[in-house]
Amino acid sequence: MTDWSTPRVSPVRLRPREVTVRERMLDRASPLRQLDWLLLFAVAALVSVGGLLIWSATRQRELALGGDPHAFLKKHILNATIGLILGTAAALIDYRALRAYAPVVYIASCLGLIAVLSPLGSTINGAHSWIVLPAGFQIQPSEFAKLAIVVGMAMLLGEKRDGESRPRDSDVLAVLGLCLVPMALVMLQPDLGTTMVFIFVILGVLSVAGAPARWVVGLLVAGVIAGAFVAPHILKSYQLDRFRVVANPAAQLGGAGYNVHQALIANGSGGLFGKGLFHGTQTQGRFIPEQQTDFIFTVAGEELGLIGASLIIVLLGIVLWRGLRIASQATDTFGQLVAAGVVSWFAFQSFVNIGMTLGIMPVTGLPLPFLSYGGSSMFANLIAIGLLQNVHLRSREI
Amino acid sequence: MSDSSRLRIVVLRVLVLSILLTLLGRLAYLQVAEGPRFQKSAADNRVREVITTAARGQILDDRGLPLVRNRTALVVSVTRSIVRSQKKHGALELARLAKVIGVPAAQIALLITPCGEKLKNGTKANKKTGCWNGSPYQPVPVKTYASDKPAEVKRVLAIEEHAEDFPGVRAQYEAVREYPGGSLAAHVLGYLGPLTPEEALKPEYKALAPDTEVGRAGVEAVYDERLRGRDGVQRLQVDKDSAVTGTLSSTPARSGDNLVLSIDSAVQRVAEKALADGINRARTQFDKGRGKNFTADKGAAIVVEASTGRVVAMASYPAYDPTAFVGGISVQAYKALTTAPAQPLISNAVQGLYAPGSTFKIVSTASAVAAGYPLSARVYPCPPQFKIGTSIKRNFEGESYGTLDFRETLIRSCDTVYYRLAVDQWSRDGATQNLKTAKEVFARQARQWGFGKQTGIDLPDERSGIITDRTSTYANWVKNKGEYCKGARTRTKGTFRQLFDQEKCTDGYRYNAGDAANFIIGQGDVLVTPLQLTMAFAAVVNGGTLYKPQLAKGFLSADGRTESVLRPVKAAQVPATQAVLDYIKSALAGVVSPPGTAQGAFQGFPLSALPIGGKTGTADVDGVAPTSWFASFAPVDNSRFVTVVMVPEGGTGGTTAAPIVRKIWDGIYGLEGAKAQLAGGVLPTALPVVRADGTIAPPGTKVPRLPRLVPATASPSSGTSALGPFSGLPWAIEPRRTRGSS
Repeated sequence: MTDWSTPRVSPVRLRPREVTVRERMLDRASPLRQLDWLLLFAVAALVSVGGLLIWSATRQRELALGGDPHAFLKKHILNATIGLILGTAAALIDYRALRAYAPVVYIASCLGLIAVLSPLGSTINGAHSWIVLPAGFQIQPSEFAKLAIVVGMAMLLGEKRDGESRPRDSDVLAVLGLCLVPMALVMLQPDLGTTMVFIFVILGVLSVAGAPARWVVGLLVAGVIAGAFVAPHILKSYQLDRFRVVANPAAQLGGAGYNVHQALIANGSGGLFGKGLFHGTQTQGRFIPEQQTDFIFTVAGEELGLIGASLIIVLLGIVLWRGLRIASQATDTFGQLVAAGVVSWFAFQSFVNIGMTLGIMPVTGLPLPFLSYGGSSMFANLIAIGLLQNVHLRSREI
Repeated sequence: MSDSSRLRIVVLRVLVLSILLTLLGRLAYLQVAEGPRFQKSAADNRVREVITTAARGQILDDRGLPLVRNRTALVVSVTRSIVRSQKKHGALELARLAKVIGVPAAQIALLITPCGEKLKNGTKANKKTGCWNGSPYQPVPVKTYASDKPAEVKRVLAIEEHAEDFPGVRAQYEAVREYPGGSLAAHVLGYLGPLTPEEALKPEYKALAPDTEVGRAGVEAVYDERLRGRDGVQRLQVDKDSAVTGTLSSTPARSGDNLVLSIDSAVQRVAEKALADGINRARTQFDKGRGKNFTADKGAAIVVEASTGRVVAMASYPAYDPTAFVGGISVQAYKALTTAPAQPLISNAVQGLYAPGSTFKIVSTASAVAAGYPLSARVYPCPPQFKIGTSIKRNFEGESYGTLDFRETLIRSCDTVYYRLAVDQWSRDGATQNLKTAKEVFARQARQWGFGKQTGIDLPDERSGIITDRTSTYANWVKNKGEYCKGARTRTKGTFRQLFDQEKCTDGYRYNAGDAANFIIGQGDVLVTPLQLTMAFAAVVNGGTLYKPQLAKGFLSADGRTESVLRPVKAAQVPATQAVLDYIKSALAGVVSPPGTAQGAFQGFPLSALPIGGKTGTADVDGVAPTSWFASFAPVDNSRFVTVVMVPEGGTGGTTAAPIVRKIWDGIYGLEGAKAQLAGGVLPTALPVVRADGTIAPPGTKVPRLPRLVPATASPSSGTSALGPFSGLPWAIEPRRTRGSS
């Protein structure tokens, strides 16, 4: 029998005390308490170090052009701030609504990629990847397409798992169909690096989802065959040159090898302790093109040395480790796959980016997550971190 | 969540970890193991060296008159890296430039192409096609205007006015060599030439800018380093556009020292004119022996100071004008110089080898006395001919003078006296045998008189000459008998050459009595340079000292604050007593008056004003007219100078060489209506001095030693201006540093 009449108030206090904001924030159930703070700390550290490196890389450049030496630093801070807001939104958005938004994000990305190929698109540094908006803003839809693919795959593979332990062939085919459209659009740009990220993310998510091994292996083999036989016909000669340069860096010092050569000199000459921030001769002498974006790691290598550059790799490692932890602690397949997808993305992109400055990967034009200068990439990265936090919060709630 | 999905995440975790470890490992390898290599690359990247060429020192005569000085010349140069960055790799620009300077655009393109770079036709750029040996960041000189023609200069300077049409092209005045005397003393001075790619790699040239010219001949080559000074090097820090962001280090240029020669340009001019006139005169003389005029296409004249070995004049005919080498000599001009039959680039004084003829008898006489033959006894028969084996050797024109002493022998130059001595000594030494223990008095003494080896003069590529004896004849035969025997077989039987080869093939190893007889009168295989003979005569008159001949008298630093004088160097003492030397000297004093062999040449010469001595030489050469020699000294007592003149294919010593020497004495002492170039034969002892403005004043001029850095006067009034028309240029006023201040 239920006593309907008993008032549900404390017997001691008749009138409940006003709960302060501070108390609410510190409440065990508060999202703030539940956040993965170590992950946030690592990301904040990477974004901050990125700001310093961008500053160092662009100071002399801007001075030489008569511009504001802090321009890039300021824009990086602005990008990070906007990214923080977007990431917060992604972390706090209703988990169920996220699934509802997934198709919207996906379609919007595809439309963005189509827009790039239309006359709205614009070529910057040889890649036809940008949409130039008024007031000096540029959007790189392929960065958001990475997000769309991660969320979309997680949605397709995460919904049907209740009765079964593994995705069926039809699920895999659906996933491939989903990915094919943005991949094709990205390849048309052509953006080799993003395509490679897509492939790696697909493989990562499919493996974690437990897709049949024949699919994973089959896709891997198909990828290798395509790389070996089809790529030489599809890829532009400059893209092929970038692969050749990895095999033989001494060749083409004036052409495709120039960046790699100068990047190697910058990293290699840094030594154990580096030449000191703002004192790298390669960096301050502007020997490395696109240093604030794709080659940002060389600033660390040259000016901060092995100690500083290793710290960046360690910080990236913390991000990936926390991401994997979130994936393994996720309470549902969707969350698990989102986390796995984000980790695959960051891991592969970081490896390719740092690897190319160390001469072990081809130059593909991928930014280094959190450190490279660039709005779209910063937004997408921080939204992805927001998603990780969302999955993390969700696993604590239940 | 299922355990299986957690397991699959572990796989991803392992993958991520391996990725991170790969990056860390590679990073550590690059930065630690390969670090030093990359640090060097980074330094190479950012450092550019800018070289300021040091002003090359002048070459002055003993009175401070410039023989070689610097002047400015208009030089058009092209920086390739800038031209290549223009549209169509600068093709349009090069075409424009070609029109202005009159050099085909294709040739300019080649000149500025780095050596070794692949050309369109597949070959590599090399020295033949023209190529640039230096840094692509350095301007490459493509045209130098050695002489200023106003119209040309105006046209070329328009390049600078329209710099926007000629990016990377420069038309500027740069320092080049100038020869105020034209071809005067050309063989002594030498010329400059650019470094070859091979030389540029040598350690001694490593610090030089790639467009540096270095001495190629004469004293320019021997004293190259001292004259060159030291280039200034500025190490600049640059960024990727080669924009300068800072200076890492800076070493200012140090001008080269001025070289003071013992050459007196006035005496040199006298000697050159006398030689040329004498040669021209000889060519008008009929040569009875060959039935035509004398060829006389070459010659040498040398004047040395007997008591020091310093060379006062050294002429070689024909000469060349080193101006041809300024700014790079054209291929045709160089070919013309090297293929001319008289070989104007060769200095006959030190690089010409000739049989000395009877001038050699001073050595033979001293040697005979050393071997025990009496000096002043009248015991030497002078028959018209002397029989050696089957062959008969005659005196010149078959003269016979009865029995003579050495004095008369030398005056009359009686060959048969010496033949007898030679054959005597040859027999005593064991005739054709006795390779090991033969005394070889004459050959050994000749070597001690400085023959058969270099005098050590400060000129490049001096020749040593040939002195023969039993050992060297045998060694020569071993080396050459193949050739001789082949000639004996293949040449037409009975011709002179065939018989010669035949004899050499079978008997060439033998040092015959005939060889000894030829040797003693400076004939046959004996070959000497005129300079060797000059130094031997100097030894006769200076008490027996064989000096090392010297052209350089000293150096003056560009600011005149330091000077160094090169002391005379005694190379050896000749093996003759003072009595023998005095005897020979007094004998030679008789040669220029009756009945001496040079009596005709010196008929009417004021011997009372200037008593002179000398010895004629008429050296027979197969097939052509004899080499005419006259070696002379003056005054007879306390001789100051020795003068030797040689004219190949010029006839007898008395008819061609001796009159040339007479003209030289006239010029030095102001005799027979000539102007005295060295009044009383007195040479300056001190070095010239450098005035505060960098110009040169004669020795003995009182120059206040100002502390430093006095601006050059606008127009140096004296004729000894260092700078030519463009005074006030950097090397006149640049901070001149003394040695030791750095």
